[in-house]
Amino acid sequence: MDINIAAQLNSFLAAFVLLTAFGMLVQRRMYGLVHLFAWQGLFLSVNTAVVGFVAGKHHLYISSLLTLTLKVILLPYILHVLIRRLKVHKEVEVVVNIPMTMLIGIALVIFSYYLMSPVTQLSTLVTRSTLAVALATVMIGLLMMITRKHAVTQIIGFLAMENGLFFAATSATYGMPLVVELGVAIDVLIAAFIFGIFFFHIHTTFDSLDVDQMERLKED
Amino acid sequence: MNIYKFTIECLQVTIVLETAPAFTLSLELPIASTADVIVLVALFAIARFFTALAGMDIGTAFGGMGSSREMTIASLAEPAMLMAIFTVSLASKSTSLSQMVHVIYSGHSILRPSLAFALFAFILIALAETGRIPVDNPATHLELTMIHEAMILEYSGRHLALIEWANMMKLFLFVMLGAAAFAPWGIAETGDPGAISMAFLFMMMKLSIVGAVLVLIETGLAKMRIFRLTEFLGSAFLLATLGMLSFFILE
Repeated sequence: MDINIAAQLNSFLAAFVLLTAFGMLVQRRMYGLVHLFAWQGLFLSVNTAVVGFVAGKHHLYISSLLTLTLKVILLPYILHVLIRRLKVHKEVEVVVNIPMTMLIGIALVIFSYYLMSPVTQLSTLVTRSTLAVALATVMIGLLMMITRKHAVTQIIGFLAMENGLFFAATSATYGMPLVVELGVAIDVLIAAFIFGIFFFHIHTTFDSLDVDQMERLKED
Repeated sequence: MNIYKFTIECLQVTIVLETAPAFTLSLELPIASTADVIVLVALFAIARFFTALAGMDIGTAFGGMGSSREMTIASLAEPAMLMAIFTVSLASKSTSLSQMVHVIYSGHSILRPSLAFALFAFILIALAETGRIPVDNPATHLELTMIHEAMILEYSGRHLALIEWANMMKLFLFVMLGAAAFAPWGIAETGDPGAISMAFLFMMMKLSIVGAVLVLIETGLAKMRIFRLTEFLGSAFLLATLGMLSFFILE
């Protein structure tokens, strides 16, 4: 594979990561969200492998495999089981309406491009242009956590943010050291388990996973 | 007044005569330089304006309702359409279709995220503008759901035939516009007859492929609620804008 083609492939996959982030921002159905999350993980994993090839860093292949098993197979499976057990697969309530959310998302992309342009000019890596996309993915994950009322969608937003951070690490410095990446991966996995347990508890206490319900301290 | 009925066909035929040969077959026809995309979008807008007037001209409630819905869709689709076209013209540094095709022909990079986004946006917009299934059902006469059919409900005979013809020309033009901007392979670069007949074969092939895809879309999807259209066209606008942004960020 030519290095030029690899760079193009890298930016193409970055664009698709951004696209899936936007897809999650506007998706109403719970299963659709989980599928989009899995797709984002897949693009991320392939992108990591491509970067590993371009940079000649072989530990990136390992973290690509790790992303594949964790974010494409394991986490979506856990979320699937959660959604099925808790019977929360209905349409999701949103705080801000969806066209408005899209416009805010576009503004965030422009903002992160503006923020990252000096860094991009200083960097000499092949992947430097995808840094803005990575920051935008983080911000869109944050926006998703803000605009959704449902606990499970907020968790998916959190995991999308983590995807963005991983992507930023790959494009800024060709990935973190393998020890750190292993640690983060295990953290995310444990977090997903703990979230699952919490969801069951919240569900039995409040009969709902709407975070508005949790603000009510009194029973009426 | 018959003037409205007549204007629609006149305009559509003008559009076809002016631009279609330029971007369907060859790059070096005498009128190729008139095939500017922004002009083309404006011509579509004028044709739509007169269709809406013709819908109100008949004086029934359905005509007015159809015109109002058509203009609603138009107001949402047009910015997205222009955005998608700007993305393509950013890549080719020109809004002339023949120039765009030239650039894509000689392009060294095949994987361009901006063009992929613009293509997705263009497909969504083309479905909305030509009134195909997720947006409008061209075969319906149900009061609550019809958009384009409501405008032409009271027309009959040769006028109806001309309007239907104009509508089919519009579909054809959108398909060819998409093919010229995103998949120009097969368009003749010179004006000699052999190349043009090859280009004609390629055009028929592309048309049949798009027809098959259209059939798949129409059998696989249901018509969406009219209030969901803002989201549908909003996401088309989003895709086009993302395409433009990724041109600046990634290329």
